[in-house]
Amino acid sequence: MLDHTNKNFVLMVEGLTVSFDGFKAVNDLSFYVEPNECRVIIGPNGAGKTTVLDLICGRTRATSGAISFKGKDLLKMREDQIVHAGVGRKFQTPSVYEDLTVFANLELSYPKGHSVFGALFFKRDQAVRQRIEEIAEMIFLSDMLTQKAAFLSHGQKQWLEIGMLLIQDPELLMLDEPVAGMSVAERKKTAELLRRIVADRSVIVIEHDMGFVADIATRVTVLHQGQVLSEGSMEHVQNDPKVVEVYLGH
Amino acid sequence: MQSKQIKHPFLTRRDVIGYAILAAVIFLLLPAVLDSFRLNLFGKYLTYAFVAVGLVLCWGAGGILSLGQGIFFGLGGYCMAMFLKLEASTPENTSIQSTPGIPDFMDWNQLTALPWWWEPFYSLPLTLLAVVAVPVMFAFVIGFAMFTRRVSGVYFAIITQAVVAILTILIIGQQGFTGGVNGITDLRTLFGWDIRTEEAKTTLYFVNGALLFVVLMVAQFVRRSKLGRLLIAMRDQPDRVRFSGYDVAKFKIFIFCLGAGFAGIGGAMFTLQVGFMSPTLIGIVPSIEMVIFCAVGGRLSIIGAVYGALVVNWAKTTFSESFPELWLFGLGALFIAVVMAFPNGLAGVWAQHIEPRLLKLWPGSAKQPAAPAAEKTPAE
Amino acid sequence: MFSDYSMSELTAIFAMQGFSGLILFSVFVLMALGLAIIFGQMGVINMAHGEFMILGAYVTYLLSNLFADYMPALFGMYFFVAMFFAFFASGALGMLVEWALIRHLYKRPLDTLLATWGLSLILQQTYRTVFGAREVGVSIPDWMMGSLPITDLIEVPINGIFVMVLALSISIGVYVMMYRSGWGKQVRAINNNRQMADAVGINTAWTDRMTFAIGCGVAGVAGSAFTMIGSTGPTAGQLYIVDTFLVVVFGGAGSLLGTIASAFSISQAQSIMEFFLSGSMAKVLTLLTVVGILMLRPQGLFTLKLRK
Repeated sequence: MLDHTNKNFVLMVEGLTVSFDGFKAVNDLSFYVEPNECRVIIGPNGAGKTTVLDLICGRTRATSGAISFKGKDLLKMREDQIVHAGVGRKFQTPSVYEDLTVFANLELSYPKGHSVFGALFFKRDQAVRQRIEEIAEMIFLSDMLTQKAAFLSHGQKQWLEIGMLLIQDPELLMLDEPVAGMSVAERKKTAELLRRIVADRSVIVIEHDMGFVADIATRVTVLHQGQVLSEGSMEHVQNDPKVVEVYLGH
Repeated sequence: MQSKQIKHPFLTRRDVIGYAILAAVIFLLLPAVLDSFRLNLFGKYLTYAFVAVGLVLCWGAGGILSLGQGIFFGLGGYCMAMFLKLEASTPENTSIQSTPGIPDFMDWNQLTALPWWWEPFYSLPLTLLAVVAVPVMFAFVIGFAMFTRRVSGVYFAIITQAVVAILTILIIGQQGFTGGVNGITDLRTLFGWDIRTEEAKTTLYFVNGALLFVVLMVAQFVRRSKLGRLLIAMRDQPDRVRFSGYDVAKFKIFIFCLGAGFAGIGGAMFTLQVGFMSPTLIGIVPSIEMVIFCAVGGRLSIIGAVYGALVVNWAKTTFSESFPELWLFGLGALFIAVVMAFPNGLAGVWAQHIEPRLLKLWPGSAKQPAAPAAEKTPAE
Repeated sequence: MFSDYSMSELTAIFAMQGFSGLILFSVFVLMALGLAIIFGQMGVINMAHGEFMILGAYVTYLLSNLFADYMPALFGMYFFVAMFFAFFASGALGMLVEWALIRHLYKRPLDTLLATWGLSLILQQTYRTVFGAREVGVSIPDWMMGSLPITDLIEVPINGIFVMVLALSISIGVYVMMYRSGWGKQVRAINNNRQMADAVGINTAWTDRMTFAIGCGVAGVAGSAFTMIGSTGPTAGQLYIVDTFLVVVFGGAGSLLGTIASAFSISQAQSIMEFFLSGSMAKVLTLLTVVGILMLRPQGLFTLKLRK
């Protein structure tokens, strides 16, 4: 096992449990994410994958356990404070502001003017424009900046949401099914995008597409009934008899 | 560069034209064609525009439907009425009372001294402050309690309606302090200036119009700021905004308080122009009617809100004078029509049908981008 | 204030006060049940709910006149016939409204609220045009008049007992329908996941319409029952609407037990406070308490913690 006293972990999840009226969606879960790691969480439906992300970003409150991000206790923080601490999160269904332009979507995520009066008197200066154009290029949407987000394809919306997170420059990026609904070509581009992203930060990805997982994963965690079933490299996990049992046994 | 085209200026050319037309209607057209009695009536309608503009920001942009705007309108109106009532209740004017110098309704209810919380309303500066501050503080308390606990949508609407019920029952029940169901009546002078004369009413109409334009410009500034775009974002994807690092509750509280402040100014101007304030003007039914002013104008259009308030109130006066039975049918149908058939109200009809035709007649401006109608998807 | 009364008189006062609280409780339950179905199960805000109740009341008024004029012999039982008709009249109107309005607005709850408010104005004016602006009352059959002596000092009015029994039986009926029948299972399935319900072959459009109609029908029966304890006017429905919504929200939308528990606590609080304070202050304090608690616990008294 790993040496858990190692201070180099970006994220430490320990003994995490959440129960909904007695049903334990996540049960005594522990895992650790290192810097520049791309951790993929897989598991059957209802294994608690999305709930884990909800817990880390503060959308759901844990019943017990601890989540520490760079030494900060996330369980004691509000959602927006967790974001400012450096955790970004993409939702399962692409959540972009359809009534606003791609530019405005990215601008709202720009990490400045987040207080009420800051937003009221926010000035769009050269630095903001430059950063938005930079991100737009990364997410393949340079030509779409003036379009309303409603007119983007499903895959482009997924990219836009990833871009909205990148502009915040988080140290930990959590992506819930980033390639769902994408074409093969789009998946390839996304995998390439993710590899570039990981160079500067840690990423947690939930994904079902095993080809894609093999493409991007540094380590894989298999969840089953709210607990870690297996953890390690893609190869290790694929050959773990417990995983085979859960996926193929019945 | 692509982004050079993306601008959110404070006023577009289209806005400037819109506000210029509105200013012409309020300051030139109406005073020119209406007699002093009707002008005063339109001044009264315009006080509701303050509420409607606040609702454009809260409900149209922010998705927060308040059925309690009457409270804020009323609080502003009562603050002003208390000042005017105290001025009207000099010991000389009230010498026949058993306790001279206090408002008549207090005397009728066997009060022998002015309650302490009436005292600040001897001062005009304090009153003017209270006209805005009292509604804003009240909105802050409600907003803080509800929004930090993520109460939204219909639940928020129902709670605001319950608060209206509580406040009106309280005002009616405590008639010794508030004037009860009759309200605060018989208001006469403002610093010795008789507000009941025709000249005073005309002057107040223009003051009201000017204040309305100040409020419109504030609303326009908010709408065009990043905060204005955030409101739309929060309405559609509250979680995404939250997880982009915004404290959504604070923004909702802000916009709710701003709407309340607008409504308070409107209420005060109502009291000044109409000469009284009563609970029947601010109860559950009037409060929900204020929403229809905004909806008829177009829930996302600041200028539309003014026209909505004017048109609905004008129709109400006209119909209930000549066909009282028809008015409720008409108003009911209006509620349904504006939801089912014209979710963008007058502003939507203008942008979709009238403006394109006008632009065709006026070839020089055909290059102007069409109205940003796509922004106007109905909120939940 | 109590020193003027003897012990047995005090007991009697509290018993009678408690009983009037129970009548208020029954009234609240009757008002809220229809809404608990429509708002609690379907999530639809129906601001015209009060007008559906009043329709039931007017139907009862019409039938009471009809029986008095043409079938005086059967007058003692007209009320049961009236309830039956009230249910179907309000239910049929509900079905029409669902078809014309509500079904277009399922994804826009705030717009539903405004549209149904418009509907309530139209219905009010219709009642005023048809039945006049004055309040009307029904003649109560003889067997329902008077009161039942329990001890020398405690008497309970029979119509009050009748309303209580009615509230109890309708509650049981609604409970059985929602939680013990296949139809109730369909309604709850749609509420949970409309697409899935569609996919497994539930006729969601028809179930919605029936649910709405039954909710309105129950409101009609409630209105019918109200004629036994008070008179009916065109705008009477509007007076109920705030109370009714608060009862349902306070109980926790979606929980029938919660609705009944909240009706009980609100009615008892109000009738006890009415003994010490003026009626309007009792009302203010009750509403204030309810709103205050809702601010602390917006999900209401009874709700499950669910994962989103």
